[in-house]
Amino acid sequence: MEKFDKVTGIVAPMDRANVDTDAIIPKQFLKSIQRTGFGPNLFDEWRYLDVGEPGMDNSQRPLNPDFVLNQPRYQGASILLARENFGCGSSREHAPWALLDYGFRVIIAPSFADIFFNNCFKNSILPIVLDEQTVDRLFREVAASEGYRLTVDLAAQTITTPGGEEIPFAVDEFRKYCLLNGLDDIGLTLQHVDDIRAYEDRRRREAPWLFA
Amino acid sequence: MAGKTLYDKLWEQHVVRTQDDGTCLLYIDRQLIHEVTSPQAFEGLRLAGRRPWRSDANLATPDHNVPTTPDDRRGGVDSISDPVARLQVQTLDRNCAEFAIPEFSINDPRQGIVHVVGPEEGATLPGMTVVCGDSHTSTHGALGALAHGIGTSEVEHVLATQCLIQSKSKNMRVVIDGKVGPGVTAKDIVLAIIGEIGTAGGTGYAIEFAGQAIRDLSIEGRMTVCNMAIEAGARAGMVAVDEKTIDYVKGRPFAPGPELWAQAVAAWRELRSDDDAVFDREVVIDAATIQPQVTWGTSPEMVVPVGGRVPDPAAESDPVKAEGMRRALDYMGLSAGTPITEITVDKVFIGSCTNSRIEDLRAAAAVARGRKVADNVKQALVVPGSGLVKRQAEEEGLDRLFIEAGFEWREPGCSMCLAMNADRLAPGERCASTSNRNFEGRQGAGGRTHLVSPAMAAAAAVTGCFVDVREFEN
Ligand code: SF4
Repeated sequence: MEKFDKVTGIVAPMDRANVDTDAIIPKQFLKSIQRTGFGPNLFDEWRYLDVGEPGMDNSQRPLNPDFVLNQPRYQGASILLARENFGCGSSREHAPWALLDYGFRVIIAPSFADIFFNNCFKNSILPIVLDEQTVDRLFREVAASEGYRLTVDLAAQTITTPGGEEIPFAVDEFRKYCLLNGLDDIGLTLQHVDDIRAYEDRRRREAPWLFA
Repeated sequence: MAGKTLYDKLWEQHVVRTQDDGTCLLYIDRQLIHEVTSPQAFEGLRLAGRRPWRSDANLATPDHNVPTTPDDRRGGVDSISDPVARLQVQTLDRNCAEFAIPEFSINDPRQGIVHVVGPEEGATLPGMTVVCGDSHTSTHGALGALAHGIGTSEVEHVLATQCLIQSKSKNMRVVIDGKVGPGVTAKDIVLAIIGEIGTAGGTGYAIEFAGQAIRDLSIEGRMTVCNMAIEAGARAGMVAVDEKTIDYVKGRPFAPGPELWAQAVAAWRELRSDDDAVFDREVVIDAATIQPQVTWGTSPEMVVPVGGRVPDPAAESDPVKAEGMRRALDYMGLSAGTPITEITVDKVFIGSCTNSRIEDLRAAAAVARGRKVADNVKQALVVPGSGLVKRQAEEEGLDRLFIEAGFEWREPGCSMCLAMNADRLAPGERCASTSNRNFEGRQGAGGRTHLVSPAMAAAAAVTGCFVDVREFEN
């Protein structure tokens, strides 16, 4: 997994609540057996005017000029500013894969759906929960100034605004450690093979039908 | 010290170790696998040179992408016409063979939607931890299991280690007190719950469903309720074990045999919350107030009783919510104030892991019996949840009855629940659906979904618009 340290980037605002995983990556793109290549179809139904299918040349498709990510000022954005319950819906990891493939490394929202939140960390995306008022204020600031950028420093757990203000954020210690070091969960868990075997031996005695 | 909740008990029984920060390594007893969220997990194993920790703790079956028309199914995997879907199903077969994972492949009579197949086979049992790369894994909690959906990285993690890194959720209990009225089903109960607490109401919690109305439900009905716990934001939903649970499990292919049965049952009887257990949040709903439900918007919380009207965003004080409602009405092509029973439908879908079990099909059939699909309904699909459900229904003659009424009788799979295969809505088409998600585009780009119970869906099919199923005489 790629290490996550510090990200400075353009902020794109996604001003709607309950953005679900079907919206993030419509299901017709779930047929891939790869992890990459989903970026051009991120938010496909909102982003293009036609109906997207796998295998299309996305560069030839008509863009929806009203969709926020199509506006020139948000090109190259790496930080997504969102509303409550972002990522609700299915457990598909294709959603963070698509966000990452597009170039997003940070998502800021007042709340996230649980499984999506988890999936982000496993893909080197940092989801940050800020209170509603701060998120509101960031939405206003992004709208007010073109090229608005934030710096997100995971080690320091701060977001720095263009005005130099530092907004602190919380992150689970273990997840922070894994992100900073680019650690793969499986490798970490396999350091505890003895514990897993000991557990299995005990369970096999207590509940043998689980191993039948 | 306060007693333990069902969730506390299930959790504690599966903790392998606790890390300094409180997150736990949790042991997983059963992983269910399907073709859409597993290929990248197997690929990860292969790249790292790893093998599954316990191949036989997994069970795979293709469901999301499989065609459901008998013609497309006859030839097995190779006859799937969509090349990308075919590749996914083939990849699942190949991966299962390579890693020795038991699989019910496309034309195995036991194939079906993972969440129908698991309990039906006894592959998900009370007291187990059950995971699957699919959010509706919460279904299996109906058996008194701790079950939840995971992402593909976690699928790989479970394959490789039989464990997951997890932090414990908070405890929530939703009590449905008293008895529901006639014509009110498990689906109506869970839609009413989501209407009450909202789609984020359960975020951070594991929900235990309790109360007389839940105990009165069959295990299938409890599955319908737990299935949609995720739509209330909760990762897991569960119901305490009782005699119905034990009767349900008995004799199923993967269930404990006679030598271990008594021991297993003794352990399962403990799987309920202690009387003095404390919940972080408790919601009580009077069952008698629950009416048959119909969703009107693009989120399951946008739901009203069938006798109600499409709500008015102007009456909503929260501006973000009001904007969401406006957007939903626009997408759904509805105007505020319209009586639900004046909304006509173009298609009807009876199926999905929420409502494709035998009792769902029986309930729909009871309404369809002797009636005809209305002229304005272009297509009415009945898609059984598994090959075994299909066979049972055919033994009972339900297939004939549906076909005579003008429904299509299909092969098992997810079908129009998520429209990955050819079963889908065209833009603007309106559907009465027994599935669980009415998100924009869920059943096909531009499609409009109204979530209802199987009986309500059948009633909409034969009437052409939503009707209160209680007005139907059977
Ligand atoms: S039936 Fe629908 S919700 Fe259930 S597993 Fe299949 S796609 Fe998911």
